[in-house]
Amino acid sequence: MDQNINITLKVWRQRGPKEKGAFETYKLNNVSQGSSFLEMLDVLNEQLVNQGKEPVAFDHDCREGICGMCSLYINGHPHGPDSAVTTCQLHMRKFEDGATITVEPWRSAGFPVIRDLMVDRYAYDKIIQAGGFVSINTGGVPDANAIPISKKDADLAMDAAACIGCGACAAACKNGSAMLFVSAKVSQLALLPQGKIEAARRAKAMIAKMDELGFGNCTNTRACEAECPKEISISNIARLNREYISAKLSD
Amino acid sequence: MTQINSKIPGGPLAEKWKNYKDHQKLVNPANKRRLDIIVVGTGLAGASAAASLAEMGFNVLNFCIQDSPRRAHSIAAQGGINAAKNYQNDGDSIYRLFYDTIKGGDYRAREANVYRLAEVSNSIIDQCVAQGVPFAREYGGLLDNRSFGGAQVSRTFYARGQTGQQLLLGAYSALSRQIGLGKVKLYKRHEMVDVVKIDGRARGIIARNLTTGRLERFAAHAVVVATGGYVNTFFLSTNAMASNGSAAWQCYKKGAYFANPCYVQIHPTCIPVHGEFQSKLTLMSESLRNDGRIWVPKKKEDAEAIRAGKLKPTQIKEEDRDYYLERRYPAFGNLVPRDVASRAAKERCDAGYGVGSTGLAVYLDFADAIHRLGKTVVEQRYGNLFQMYEKIVDDNPYETPMMIFPALHYAMGGLWVDYELMTSVPGLFAIGEANFSDHGANRLGASALMQGLADGYFVLPYTIQNYLADQIQVPRFSTNLPEFAEAEKEIQERIHRLMNIRGQRSVDSLHKELGHIMWEHIGMGRNAAGLKEAIQLLKALKKEFWSNLRIPGRADDLNIELEKALRLADFIEIGELMAHDSLDRAESCGGHFREEYQTPEGEALRQDDTLSYVSCWEYRGEGKDPLMLKEPLDYEFVVRQQRNYKN
Repeated sequence: MDQNINITLKVWRQRGPKEKGAFETYKLNNVSQGSSFLEMLDVLNEQLVNQGKEPVAFDHDCREGICGMCSLYINGHPHGPDSAVTTCQLHMRKFEDGATITVEPWRSAGFPVIRDLMVDRYAYDKIIQAGGFVSINTGGVPDANAIPISKKDADLAMDAAACIGCGACAAACKNGSAMLFVSAKVSQLALLPQGKIEAARRAKAMIAKMDELGFGNCTNTRACEAECPKEISISNIARLNREYISAKLSD
Repeated sequence: MTQINSKIPGGPLAEKWKNYKDHQKLVNPANKRRLDIIVVGTGLAGASAAASLAEMGFNVLNFCIQDSPRRAHSIAAQGGINAAKNYQNDGDSIYRLFYDTIKGGDYRAREANVYRLAEVSNSIIDQCVAQGVPFAREYGGLLDNRSFGGAQVSRTFYARGQTGQQLLLGAYSALSRQIGLGKVKLYKRHEMVDVVKIDGRARGIIARNLTTGRLERFAAHAVVVATGGYVNTFFLSTNAMASNGSAAWQCYKKGAYFANPCYVQIHPTCIPVHGEFQSKLTLMSESLRNDGRIWVPKKKEDAEAIRAGKLKPTQIKEEDRDYYLERRYPAFGNLVPRDVASRAAKERCDAGYGVGSTGLAVYLDFADAIHRLGKTVVEQRYGNLFQMYEKIVDDNPYETPMMIFPALHYAMGGLWVDYELMTSVPGLFAIGEANFSDHGANRLGASALMQGLADGYFVLPYTIQNYLADQIQVPRFSTNLPEFAEAEKEIQERIHRLMNIRGQRSVDSLHKELGHIMWEHIGMGRNAAGLKEAIQLLKALKKEFWSNLRIPGRADDLNIELEKALRLADFIEIGELMAHDSLDRAESCGGHFREEYQTPEGEALRQDDTLSYVSCWEYRGEGKDPLMLKEPLDYEFVVRQQRNYKN
């Protein structure tokens, strides 16, 4: 049964990308275990505003685990201690009365801090802009049922396409690698006939952009897979490597 | 008096759009390069429009409030997208999709617009498949379909319970390609705070850079608003936290009519409210009603025992359960439209049969489906929704029925647009949920995705050219023009006023108060006395807001509280307009239920003789009552009836 708990929060506060940050400690009483982690932060912010202080800045939007806007390193884990959820779906029933909870932003070279817990993830958009698409214009396409696609491939493509681009994979990786993110998009499109045509070009362009933006390499620690809120499999990374190598070989 | 001109093309219903396209003006490729278009928003409508316009050669400036265009709230749509493909050979057609949509909207939408929507629906599916959207497929490799409310055919295409996500990522990928090619310039973490008019035409916007707090000016030949709906007026809704009505509201204040504000949709299957700290409500897809059965206990004492925690739903015998939708609406059963299902849930809970600790919940039960199909099939169809439910409620829906309750979900009302999707301000267009155009008084499930993409991919890219063809001689505007300076000064003063109230109340505490007033008086059941009271309460709340608000920090900086305050100032005014419109519309239709107008069985009672019009509200200035203009809805092709989902 959900109860009300008292907690201590250690929250990273940082005014800007170039400024030095530090942990601030806050006490919160009577937090409903039925509320989500972000609702708990709302309560903290309400408390701060009522004291005339600036609230903690954090990214969030849909609050149902699909937009990928929320982030947060909670007690050393991206999106916190629960599995297969984003921070907005993490509930306070995962914490006990008297707990001390540490809240930090994503810490990755690719994601500079904007303010407090808010980071800039535009690097992921840039990788998509480099090749994460099928190069067709609106209109003039064939009937949707003109190309049958095996259910198996469609399902595998959907598994990969479930990525929400939150950045937890790169944040979890000791090398700061974006390979899980890149491989999910490359896999989705490589598995489908629509995307096969420019598969080689796509793999090369996205990997090149990823390297250019300062993301690290994959050394198969599988931290990304373990922390991914959508449970994207690292078998996608294997597929990306195959796509990339065969693209390079045919150069 | 001003006449409303909706510019509906002549000819038979099925030929209007073709006739329009055959005779509209176009812009040649060389001239497209000289024209700039601002698109505000990157949801299904905004992203698809920005991408399509850029592909055609226009220069596009695209704005999003989040850190990436991929986060727009279209991403949260779960169940599916409708199209009249008739792949299932179950009797579907463009006409039938049109008819279901018109009827579902309780005969308060324009026939010509809705027909066009049904007509382009098939192209949307083709387009998305070509982009690599992984729709669900059958073993034979062809596309699968499911059923949605208000239809007797299976015309809904889906990608698990993440259809909105996959469609948005499709549009986002097309948009990203154009950003990479330099045809779209993207401004992220930017919020439109005003529209700029020059000589009566929309020529730009003022946006607040949310990272720096600075106001920035942008000029273009036309402005497209694709900023979604306004149901966060109610504080608690299924909308994302940043979803707001402010961009549309600024358009209204600059002369664009606001149409049918009272039509908002209350979705029947959401996870019930759990407590006072709740920040938003989570939808459980309508697709669940394909296999889930909705019920409450037949006996009041059982309901009371459940509420007291003494009885579990699984202990209630079959004959003691009231499957009230199947009982009241045999022909459509659990798949009645949303407004009907929501009211029926409210009726049962008001009568004392509600469950959950608050009594404000009904059951959505999958026991029969699991028995009939097996757990694996149910998991394949709805696994992610069940997981989401379990994480939030901490209860296993495979074993215990889900608890659900209606919640605010979608705005059918919005900026008035003509057939070309242009507002009453020349050069200012509105697409997607931001406009009022296609859903009448109630939207059918899986039709929002259809409309957003129809507007963005296949309608606006045509109709905007009919306007821009006259603009090819117009040079680019400087943002140093006095019109831009004036608009910026106005918003600067508004921000200054907000920052200097220095009162005691947080934005959220006032927003919650607004939500209570809205839900109580302008929610599922409305009446004249309650609406008049709401108008007084909103007036008092507005005063409280402008005299007792507290915003910490600085204006020229990242300031979350200021962002929320600017939106709330508009939400309060939107609430007022909703109250006026609801009071004015003395009938029940779709999502607008006036308790004074119902049949003896409790169904909505329209007044077609007197109220068959779109109410178009014109802003008259601060402190003045808005003026209501009427666009008559003449039904040429469909005979209006009382909606019947019984037989």
